[in-house]
Amino acid sequence: MAEPAKIAEVIEAGTAQFAAQCYELYGLPPLGSLVRTGDTYGIVAGAATSSLEPGRRPIARGRDEATEEAVYQSSPQLSKLLRSEFAAAVVGYQDGDARRQYLPPYPARIHGFVYLCQPDEVREFSRSFGFLNILLNASLPVPAGELIAAALRRMSRAHDDPRAFLVAAGKELANLLSADFITLKNILGRLQ
Amino acid sequence: MTARLGIVTAASLEKGVDVRLDSPVSVEDMVVGRYVTIEGRQRRFFGMITDVSLGVTDPHLAVSPPDVADPFIAEVLTGTSTFGTIHVTPMLTIGGDAETVLEGPQPVKTIPAHFSAVNLAAEGDMDLVFGEEDKQRFNIGNPLDMETKLCLDLEEFVKRSNGIFGKSGTGKTFLTRILLIGMLQKSKAVNLIFDMHNEYGWSGTREGGPPVKGLKQLFGSRVAVFTLDEESSRRRKVSTDFVVKIGFDEITPEDIAILRATLNLTELAVEAAYQLRKSLGKDWLRQVLQRSDEELEELLKESSIHESSFQSLKRGLGTIGRLGFVVPEAHEDTVKHILDCLDRGLNVVLEFGRYREIAAYLLVANMLSRRIYARYQQRMEEAIAADKEAMKPRPLVITIEEAHKFLNPEVAGKTIFGTIAREMRKYNVSLLVIDQRPSGIDEEVMSQLGTKITCLLDNEKDIDSVLAGVSGKSELKSVLARLAPKQQALIFGHAVPMPVAFQPREYGSAQSYKSFLDAGPDAAGQAEKDIEELWG
Ligand SMILES: Nc1ncnc2c1ncn2[C@@H]1O[C@H](COP(=O)(O)OP(=O)(O)OP(=O)(O)O)[C@@H](O)[C@H]1O
Ligand SMILES: [Mg+2]
Repeated sequence: MAEPAKIAEVIEAGTAQFAAQCYELYGLPPLGSLVRTGDTYGIVAGAATSSLEPGRRPIARGRDEATEEAVYQSSPQLSKLLRSEFAAAVVGYQDGDARRQYLPPYPARIHGFVYLCQPDEVREFSRSFGFLNILLNASLPVPAGELIAAALRRMSRAHDDPRAFLVAAGKELANLLSADFITLKNILGRLQ
Repeated sequence: MTARLGIVTAASLEKGVDVRLDSPVSVEDMVVGRYVTIEGRQRRFFGMITDVSLGVTDPHLAVSPPDVADPFIAEVLTGTSTFGTIHVTPMLTIGGDAETVLEGPQPVKTIPAHFSAVNLAAEGDMDLVFGEEDKQRFNIGNPLDMETKLCLDLEEFVKRSNGIFGKSGTGKTFLTRILLIGMLQKSKAVNLIFDMHNEYGWSGTREGGPPVKGLKQLFGSRVAVFTLDEESSRRRKVSTDFVVKIGFDEITPEDIAILRATLNLTELAVEAAYQLRKSLGKDWLRQVLQRSDEELEELLKESSIHESSFQSLKRGLGTIGRLGFVVPEAHEDTVKHILDCLDRGLNVVLEFGRYREIAAYLLVANMLSRRIYARYQQRMEEAIAADKEAMKPRPLVITIEEAHKFLNPEVAGKTIFGTIAREMRKYNVSLLVIDQRPSGIDEEVMSQLGTKITCLLDNEKDIDSVLAGVSGKSELKSVLARLAPKQQALIFGHAVPMPVAFQPREYGSAQSYKSFLDAGPDAAGQAEKDIEELWG
């Protein structure tokens, strides 16, 4: 498996979550995608683009420009003043040959490179559904149901039979949410 | 449909086992009455599905139902948030412990552990439980909705008295014929059948169809037909072996006693019969019927018999005297003829011809059986005293219909049949009782019946009396209530390891006769010959 290009770097790391800054402005991985830094796997759980310097908010610049693109072209320094960051919920780690779907013993390292997992790796990872339980119980920047639905939709594309994958995942969720049919119904409604 | 159904989620020996169905298993494939096996940790259990239900994990589901028109949602929820459950009544352990290995299926005494896998019973398990046809096992039909044969160990069956029940037209007579054929082929017992409606000997009626063959047509060399009504037999073109006549002197006050209700006699009238017998001797009946009124008056004066009791008795005896087969003097000894046949291994069917009134049936069946039984008793005692197995008479099974007339609480103590039922084959005689009103039969007699086979019953009292004392009564009750109105039955008791609802074999087609003939021990040769004779 060729190592995919790195997309970001860890700038804040906890046991259950890490934050990473993208190398490219707007070079964000999509919500719900599986990323990896070192041995740690995370699912992109929220992202933001903001000013590099805390407290200094960008100002509106486009009054005289014809297109949004032109705004960036006439102020090239902008891409240096803004940054795109994302938060990832930790959903597992590589433990020697074994892939664990529970929290790792140590958090990821600061400045660790972050890679967007490729379909092969996604398929491998999503053979088991332990991560669903982690996501259901994590405190996240976005509603857990939204995130789970996004993650499963993305993962399903890495499988030969996306529907069968979603049905299996749905059944796992139904078991996890056996006492909370309303949440289950909301997630299932967002899976297709 | 997969063989695996689900897992055990709860169980109690008393209430049975709850099984949660796996998601690929459709509730609608689960039919009450199906057999399943449960793979416990140490034992295998054999049981029957007795209920099917639907469950939800969250009551919200029922309040705001999901969009099941969406196949994805429906698929996800089936077997997870919504699931099917079945209730299984475990009946037997069929493997795992030493006892079942050595002695075959045993009644359950424990329950399977949590999450034991539950499977549809496989062919091999069924054979283990329901038996395969062999030297003494006879195929009586199929468990409901199943291909497997239900085979009855007839050598076991005839060790006790047995009963066949069901309301009118449910198939008792057809079932009895099948069992008689079975006994004839697979047990050492011989049969004596009191055939009230002329259905067993030569041919029998069939609703909406041509008559069916009786035993004599199928097993000519092993069946003797006796008749009380030569004329009727001749008219029906039945070749009979013996015409039965009953002499006045053969009838005793005991015979009159059991006819009390039927002949509408008072207690005192019956009492009078005993007194007359005492003072007049063996000839009492002839004298009462033939002497002139003056002579009788004379007689009464000497005794303490009340005039009204005597008149009541005389009226009753008149009814008996008018029966065509009752004659002042019988020239041949019917009992001896019957015993001769039985000793030669012949099965005897006694046709009643036109004498379908219950009085005739009660009188003849009770009287002949009493005397035959006495002979059996004597010979058994002699054999035991001499310690010679070979001297014992052949086991005898006596078939009677309308059994409640012989075995109701009032007369069960007085008729010979009450004695036979209670003595449990002590003298090598047992009963096959057929009845549509089992609640009329004395409780104690019912409890002595080894194996009971019942077709549909709809009277609550009858159902209760048939199922009295069986474990799992309430489940069986619901099985019984769901039997088809014809040709379906429930069997339980001594000769089967567990209660089984089944469909008796078809009786009446050329194919069915052939398969019955084929089942015999000397099948090959004899059957071929018989078939050739039968339909060229
Ligand atoms: N095993 C069978 N094979 C074929 N037909 C059967 C069978 N059992 C029952 N039937 C059908 O059901 C009808 C009634 O059966 P049967 O005469 O045995 O009822 P029964 O219970 O003896 O009735 P009753 O109480 O009136 O004597 C038969 O005439 C026949 O048509
Ligand atoms: Mg009948």
